[in-house]
This record gives sequence, C-alpha cells and structure tokens, in this order.
Amino acid sequence: MQPYEGGGADSRALSRRDLLKRAGVVGVAAAAPTAAFAPTAAPVRDRERLEALTALEAEALEAIVDRLIPADSNGPGAAEARVARYIDRALAGELASLRASYSEGLAAVDAYARSRFGEPLADLEPAQQDAVVRDLEQNVATGFPGGSRTFFELVREHCLQGMFGDPVHGGNEDFVGWDLLGFPGVKLSFAAAEQQMDVTVVPAHKSTADFPLFKRGRKGGDGEH
Amino acid sequence: MSTSKKGADVVVIGLGAGGGTAVLPLAQAGLDVVALEAGGRFSVRDFHADEIRNDIRNWLGRAKVNDEVPTQRRTAAEESVPAIAPGRMMNGVGGTSIHWTCQSWRLMPWNFKQRSETIRRYGAGALPAGSTLTDWPLAYEELEPYYDKVEFLHGVSGKAGNLRGAIDAAGNVFEGPRAREYPLPPLRRTGFTEFMSDAAKRLGWRPFAGPAAIRSQPYRGLNACEYHGFCTWGGCHVDAKGSTNLTAIPMAEKTRNLKVVEGARAIEITVDRDGRANGVRYMKGRKVHFQAAKAVLVAGYTYENTRLLLLSRSSAFPDGLSNNHGQVGRHYLAHVRAGANGVIPGRRLNRFSGTASQWTAVDDWDSDFFDHSTLGFTGGGTMSATMEAKPIGAARTTPPSIPRWGSAWKAWLKENAISVASAATQINVAPYEDNFLDLDPGVKDPDGFPVVRVTNDLKENERRAALFVQGKCMDWLREAGASEVWPVAPSSLSVQTHAYGGTRMGDDPDADVTDRWCFSHEVPNLGVLGASNFPTSGGRNPTETVMALAWRTADHLVDEWEAITG
Repeated sequence: MQPYEGGGADSRALSRRDLLKRAGVVGVAAAAPTAAFAPTAAPVRDRERLEALTALEAEALEAIVDRLIPADSNGPGAAEARVARYIDRALAGELASLRASYSEGLAAVDAYARSRFGEPLADLEPAQQDAVVRDLEQNVATGFPGGSRTFFELVREHCLQGMFGDPVHGGNEDFVGWDLLGFPGVKLSFAAAEQQMDVTVVPAHKSTADFPLFKRGRKGGDGEH
Repeated sequence: MSTSKKGADVVVIGLGAGGGTAVLPLAQAGLDVVALEAGGRFSVRDFHADEIRNDIRNWLGRAKVNDEVPTQRRTAAEESVPAIAPGRMMNGVGGTSIHWTCQSWRLMPWNFKQRSETIRRYGAGALPAGSTLTDWPLAYEELEPYYDKVEFLHGVSGKAGNLRGAIDAAGNVFEGPRAREYPLPPLRRTGFTEFMSDAAKRLGWRPFAGPAAIRSQPYRGLNACEYHGFCTWGGCHVDAKGSTNLTAIPMAEKTRNLKVVEGARAIEITVDRDGRANGVRYMKGRKVHFQAAKAVLVAGYTYENTRLLLLSRSSAFPDGLSNNHGQVGRHYLAHVRAGANGVIPGRRLNRFSGTASQWTAVDDWDSDFFDHSTLGFTGGGTMSATMEAKPIGAARTTPPSIPRWGSAWKAWLKENAISVASAATQINVAPYEDNFLDLDPGVKDPDGFPVVRVTNDLKENERRAALFVQGKCMDWLREAGASEVWPVAPSSLSVQTHAYGGTRMGDDPDADVTDRWCFSHEVPNLGVLGASNFPTSGGRNPTETVMALAWRTADHLVDEWEAITG
C-alpha cells in the first residue's frame, strides 16, 4: 500500500480534521468545541443521508470509532474507512433490533462525557475522548443500565466489522482495513505460489460486489446492505 | 389445512447432511419419497465471498434457523438468556452440508466404546462424575462401509493411514482400518500447513493432511477447489464441496421417486390411534399442510429434532412423540473448544486464503492414544492448524498483552496480523445427567412455537481434557517459533453446529430414544437422522458420521420395509 501521509501523535488532532475533510466526512464531529450545545443547529456537510441514526448520535458514534481506530502513522482509521456509515446502514437493516441500544448508549456516552469534561464526546480533545472510551471499556462510566462495558463491546465489534468487513456493507472504504492487515481482498482463485509463506500477495482490492457472479441478491429484496 | 392427495411411502423432514443423504438409497430402492425442506435452492451465485454476510449474519439461515435460535443457561437454577452466537445451521436443499467447513472425519474406533474401554483400562472410577456415558450401540467396523460410501459419493480428499491394517505414516496412523484409499489425494498443502507439520514432527507427533470433503481434483463431473478463502459459513462458488445438493439429492431426483417441497416448515409429526407415525403437518408461508406417509424420518439438526418431537403431542404421547420414557432432549452435549494463538515474528504466513479444510491435523492427544492414568480425565481431542483466516476474525485475534483499541492496538495488527498462527482442538464430550434440552416456556419463534432451551455446563472431565490439549496447542506453536503464545480459554458454546444428543441411540428403551438403527424405540416407523443420535461427540467434526449413519438408517428401512411399516 501507499505510504500514509498523516501526521504523528503530536499533530493528531489537526491531522484528524484534515483527514476527515479529505474523506468527505466533515461534520460537527470535527468542528470546534464551541458547537457544544447546539449540535442540531450545525449543518452536517458532506455526509450521506443517515439511514438510522440522528445527526447527534452519528457525531458521538464517529467520535468513539475514531478513537477505537485512529488515523495515525500506521495509516487511515475508522473515519476514513467509514465505519460509522457501516453501522448506520446496518442499524437500518440487519441490525435494526439494536437501534434502541445505540440510541440509549450514545446518549449515555454524551451524558457521561459532559459529566466528566463538560462537553459531548465529539467536542472533546482526543485525550479526553480516550479517557471516556477507556471508562466505557473499564465498565466505570455511569449512566448505562446494562453497564458501560456492554455498550463498549457492542460498538467495538461493529467497529471491527465496519473496518475489516467487505466494503459492500458501507465500511472499509478504499480497502483501508484490509490493507492494514495485509488481507489481499476477494479473489475467485488463489494459486499455489500465493499460499506459500513469506511471499507478498498483491492486494486485489476487490469487493465481493466487484464480481458479476455474486450479483444476485445484493440489492433489494433480501434485506442485505 | 390442505392435505396432499397421495400419501408418500416416506416423508423426510430436512434435506441437509442427514436427510439429503438418506433420500438417495430410499429413492433408488423405488420408495416414493417426499422431502420437506424449510429453505429453498441455492446456487453458486448466492455464495458471496463476504465475511459479514456469511460468518456474522448467517445469510443462508434466514428461512428458519435464524428465527429460532435456542436460549441457553448453565444450570436449571438459572434463567435462560439468548444464545451469544446464532446457531449457524442453515436452511436450503442441501442444508448445512452447503456451508460446512468440510473437515470430513470418521470417528475413531475408541469413540464407539469409550465407556467400556475406560473401565477396562482405568477402572469404573475413571468415568466422568455425573455422566450418563454409554457405549455406542454399534462398532466402528459396522459403520465403515457407510463411511466408505459417503467418501466416494462426494470425492473426499485425504490420505489413508490405516489401509486394512497396514499403517502408513503419510496418513493418520491412529485411524480405524479402512477398506480402500480415499477417492482423491489431500487438498493442496501450503507453506503454513507444512510449517506446522514440521513443528509437530519435531515434537515427536504424527501430523497428517486432514481429510476434506472438498474435491482436490475434478471428480465424477464435479469441480475441484479454487482455494479462494471464503469457505466456512458460505457455500462454494465453484461447487467443490461435499454438499448433498450436488450429489445425493439430484441423483435421487433423477429416479423420479423424490419430491422436494421447498419452504416447508414442519410443525408436528402426527400419529394414528395405534401410536404409529402417519404424517407431518407443515407450514408453507402462513398456510398449514399435511403430508401423509407410511414412515417418517426426522432429519433436522440436533435442536430441531428434539423440538419437533416435543411439539408433537398426542394422547398416545402426551409429553411429546417418542418421549414416554422422558428421554427426548436428554444426554445433550456440545463440543468443547480450546486452543491457542501465537505470533511467528517476521514471517508472512499467508493464511488469508484457501479453506480451513486445508490443514495439518494431529491425533496424538485424542481418544485413548495416550496414557490417562495420572491425568484425571478420559478422552481428548484432535488438534488442527488451518488456512482460511478472514479479516474480521484476524482483527479479533490479538494477545491479552496489548490494548484492545487505539494506536497501539492498530500498530500491533499492522505488524503482526499476517504472522498469527492458530492451533485449535475440539474436545470429546460425555453426556451428563443435568445437561439437556427442553422447550423454553418464555421464548417463541415468529410462528408462535417455543424455541429450544439449552441447559449445558462445562464439566470437570472436559475442562481438564481441554486444558491438557490446549497445553499441547501452545507447545506446538512454540515449537513452530512463536514469540508470544496466548491460550483461548476452554468453552462449551451451548448453541453451535457441533451439538449432539437429545434423541440418543442405544439398546436401552428406558435411557435411549432411538435404537441401533436410529429408529424410535416407542414409534417403530419413526426414524431420526443427525447428530442428535450420537451418544458422545468424538473429538472431531461430526458431518461424515451423520451422513454415514443416515445412509445406514435408510438402508435398514429399505431392508425391513414390511416389518417397519406393516
């Protein structure tokens, strides 16, 4: 894969915004902290229409997954992979039964972020966001009826799906997740030489959707996204 | 309710590994067979290379199983909760034989007589406490001809280790004697599977290329494997798997004696005044239909076999069909899994392709192939190191020594994900008095029928066995050069494809639901197909044994037609 041009840890906050811009996902999640208590009034630019989440929920979710898989010197992260888009689409389809869990959980995340740092999660500095996410993972964040860890694990699992699943579902944009792992992408056949150790398998950068063979049932009718 | 004009000779409920195999000898014998299958027909176009669709959402199970996932609890004192993972079985003509991994095993001869062999070698005190362990009512030798039929039906790929008693170290030296060599050579060996084979040999073990019901070469007009890496939980995009929808079912249909009813969800097996099975009520859409038959073979997966019997209540069987001895649902067991992962530093293992049936297997720590005198358990499990790592699964496979998110986690994945090796075991499990299936009083499927409730706990015998073999998995990875090795804790996932019992087979009508031919002790013209008959799990994958038993049951029905249906 191409060398990644993002900044190191010191320029993280700035470069994150640049990256969001480049990826076309700049919304209030990347805006200045002054947007704190009027998020619904802020225009959401360059983001596709949300299918399940509200704009406010999407901002909180984007902030979480951005900390789970940050863009850094090792390459793009969840924002560039469009992980939040994957989750939003899934919640409008196959994972609709989890829609309420997300609403409650994301509201609780923002409430907890406010109680600890005075702003909703999306408006905190990265270090503060990390502190909130860590509290979720440690099950010490308050305001979660089922415990904050349960919500953390739910989001983390869906974050992995959105980062490393097939792009046909809305995440793993430009195969950035697969490139991170060295996963070669979808091919219909692998040669013996490609199954030897230490050889470099050239990334196919193909989705299942790129093959006419797998066209059936991809759009409509079967509830798939 | 609509009733079919004509009664069938045999109605088969479910067209998967079991039912899909049994219809062939039945139809070839000239019996008029109707098969009720909850799913439809799939083709290669449906088998997308998509981990989310297949592994996570079980797209192929949408017709039925995804809506009736059993609930689970560890003990009868607990409330049941939804199962952590969906059942993973599927619906369709061919059933779960479409999306299985295809590791295609014969059980070891010891598995058929675990109880008597344990007593003989270690004394009755070595039997697992609280277990209801019995020998199988048949020996390996009785099933061998049927294993042979199944292997040649699908074109199973492997190397014999015991050809009529002649041992060949190129194959599995521990296996029971087989009448002839596998029909096809093993699947392609890879850098990683050979790497793990070499490590096992250095440890003094006897590794081999595990057998696969995936064709390594074209076979009888059927295709060979293309190694594309989306094999388990998805159907094969080139039809190279041992799936009954490619072999036994179309062969049976060619006789014109098999009629397949798609989209048919069986809801009750009915009985006549004498308590004999006389047909099946099923739903197609919202409409209820009835199919009359002289004999009924129930061939759902383990949970559904028990559920359908318990739902089929009548004056003759007030507690469910064939349950007047209270044994339906009992002697339930599920494979215990354990294993380890390790990083082979700096090496690109290239496991992101192929099939998990391209693998190196080790049987040195299964069955009674080692001395258990001081170990405190009976049994063991086969070990495997496989291809077909997938990306989401790979991202979940990180050591406990690193954070689970953030830049450090991401850096670890970037450096190591391509270098992660895994070794896993499936532990042979005994049945226990308090591990069982029944109907959940509080949870129903969309049709309004209660789902199965699994009461299942990991017992001490299996926990010890799993930890022991897990240690061998860790030794294996260290010998291969792993710099960091971390274990995968033993778990007894209550709801899974490797589930057994509920209609245990045996010679004792007081303790076993089916007899040595897998026909009900209480309802002579009711047969059961599937792993629900297994008295023990064996330490390896069940499907080839499911197919072999089903074929044998069908042959028995043909041979004893007058006696069974008269």
